[in-house]
Amino acid sequence: MKKTLILTTALVGFAFAASAKEITVMSWGGAYTKSQVEAYGKPFTAETGIKVIWVDADNPATPIKAQVEAGNVTIDVADVEYSDAVRLCDEGLLEEIDPSILPPAPDGTPAEEDFIEGAITDCAVANIVWSTVMAYNTESVNGTPTSIADFFDTEKFPGKRGMRKTAKANLEMALMADGVPASQVYEVLETPEGVDRAFAKLDTIKDDIVWWEAGAQPPQLLADGEVVMTTAYNGRIFNAAVAEGQPFKIVWDGQILDFDLFVIPKGAPNKEEALQFIAFATDTKRLADQASWISYGPARKSSSALVGLYKDGKTEMAPHMPTSPEALKNALPNNFEFWADRDTELNERFNAWLSQ
Amino acid sequence: MSDATAPLTTVDGKPLKAALAAAERRARWRAFLLVVPLLAFVLITFIAPIGQLLKRSVYNPAFSDNMPNIVAWFAENPAGTEPDEEAFAALVADLRQARENKTIGIVGTRINYDLPGSRSLFTKTARKARKLEPPYREALLKIDEDWGDPMLWQVMRGASSAYTINFYLAALDLTRDAEGKIVPVDENRRVYVTLFKRTLVLSVVITALTLVLGFPIAHLLATLPLRYSNLLMIFVLLPFWTSLLVRTTSWIVLLQSQGVINDLLVALGIIDDDGRIQMIYNQIGTVVAMTHILLPFMVLPLYSVMRPIDPSYVRAARSLGATSWTAFRRIYLPQTIPGIGAGALLVFILAVGYYITPALVGGSTGQLISNLIAFHMQKSLNWSLAAALAALLLGGVLILYWLYDKLVGIDNLKLG
Repeated sequence: MKKTLILTTALVGFAFAASAKEITVMSWGGAYTKSQVEAYGKPFTAETGIKVIWVDADNPATPIKAQVEAGNVTIDVADVEYSDAVRLCDEGLLEEIDPSILPPAPDGTPAEEDFIEGAITDCAVANIVWSTVMAYNTESVNGTPTSIADFFDTEKFPGKRGMRKTAKANLEMALMADGVPASQVYEVLETPEGVDRAFAKLDTIKDDIVWWEAGAQPPQLLADGEVVMTTAYNGRIFNAAVAEGQPFKIVWDGQILDFDLFVIPKGAPNKEEALQFIAFATDTKRLADQASWISYGPARKSSSALVGLYKDGKTEMAPHMPTSPEALKNALPNNFEFWADRDTELNERFNAWLSQ
Repeated sequence: MSDATAPLTTVDGKPLKAALAAAERRARWRAFLLVVPLLAFVLITFIAPIGQLLKRSVYNPAFSDNMPNIVAWFAENPAGTEPDEEAFAALVADLRQARENKTIGIVGTRINYDLPGSRSLFTKTARKARKLEPPYREALLKIDEDWGDPMLWQVMRGASSAYTINFYLAALDLTRDAEGKIVPVDENRRVYVTLFKRTLVLSVVITALTLVLGFPIAHLLATLPLRYSNLLMIFVLLPFWTSLLVRTTSWIVLLQSQGVINDLLVALGIIDDDGRIQMIYNQIGTVVAMTHILLPFMVLPLYSVMRPIDPSYVRAARSLGATSWTAFRRIYLPQTIPGIGAGALLVFILAVGYYITPALVGGSTGQLISNLIAFHMQKSLNWSLAAALAALLLGGVLILYWLYDKLVGIDNLKLG
């Protein structure tokens, strides 16, 4: 169905291409894309007259290689994870982005200093800090889970668990649940024994796991009662809990932080407009605005001060951010180099483990 | 007598044989011209892409195209040569160039397929390559000791030719050790052979189930009076016309643990609330949903074969004293063999390549090999491995087709 959506959107885009300037942005769908439409897309169109067409993908990084290799690039901007941004850039599949096009902070701090460390790379500019967290349905779980270890404890908290069908994040969480401090997780995971240990921990709940692939699935699984706890992107759970009034709670312990970054695929049809869009969307005010639509942290330091209330006008956003002091107590920043390196090997093992 | 041996000629004196052959040749050409559009279509849209795909499974120029100096060194020095300073200098020159051309990621990814964990070795070293000074051997080893790993050099030598069978090895859960010998991969990374086997077994099960379910339906359709059988036919065809996704999703609604069937069983008191049966996201889900979806492909060929079977054969057998079982076994069943063969072959081949249904309802144990092909096409982006897996699947199906031809005979096939 998603494919039809992309296809029709592409066709619509094609039909309009002749009449007005426009760009196509590929993002992750659901509440996340909505926040970008409201905070970046609409003001951008209002100011420049350039139309923004939004398309969804389970992971926008994956169509890029196919499009660039086929020489038929239809998207101008894509929103991707850190390890993918680095990998695609190394493979020459992305346009380089000169950081000097990014506007400085309101107080004049140059962009390169204003962004959080690592948020600007050769080919990508970060817009948010997000995290993979565990969340539970207060109505279906017995008791109150407080740590990542509780996620793996089906005796204390019986019921199904939702997890993303990939090795990334699951292995780290398994190790943290097994007592490895966040600071040592990747060190342990570098060793074969560490990987064995992570899989052994996953083994303890394997029969209770329902696997999900798209970010919109875990809130659905929680709401349907198919699972009592799940890993999820924190913004999705926030959206379901605050905007839709679902009885969901996030446990920040053992969260895994990551950037989402804007990239331009090599050979994008509207490169100039795409650069304009990225510069516009990642300025201090827009990044702060986005945080009023979804609980992802802005990638600029100067935006934090401007983050205020949720769009409902009463929910204070700061405590819902993955970057709040409370949330950062036991948090793990995703190690992009580790995953760029080990993705193939660990996913192979993960697939083998799944099919056993 | 001489008249009889003289060749027959046409009115204008040409030998009749030659004239006939010429006329036939013209007719053949005309016939051929008629099929040219289809032939071109099949060649362009079917044969060419499959050829491309097969090529990808043995051809990957990512390393050989982007690292010319070290490739030249490999060509000059036979296997087993200890890498000398010249080799390291060539390597550094290539790393610098690849960094410049933004191809270092492609190179690293290619090596990473054969030696997991080495991708960052390339990207990391290339980032520092510009500042490196001779002697390069020491300089590289200082950045990372892995540059001295004989396994790495073995893999790079292998990749220095664009043609490789390594992707086929990987698709069969095999790999090469430091000496280049073919060995099985670690037990905990073996996945493809298991999945090939599972795909075959599940496809056979699904084919058998559709036959068991489809045979009586087809028989009923073929023997009922036309007005009833047409109505029944609509029941068979209606799901056939419904979108695949809708049918698969309705099975999710029915089978999931909070779904219709489980709710019903709980309401009837057959199972209690904690004992809900897991019927989906496993092999049961895959088999049930695929059997339902593929059933029409069995019923239709069976029906088309059964319809023209004259009922008087069975009646004659009965009148000669055969029991109903014997009459069915020796008279009716043999006449339906072409339909059974066609239906079974059709269902089996479709089942072997099925992708969307197992992805949705298969969970982790109900996945088929096609799901991993999709994984490598869309997620890991290792298209060469995806191509090798697909080629093996294609080969397997062709072998089965050949076996079928030997055992049953392909002429004995009636598709409708």
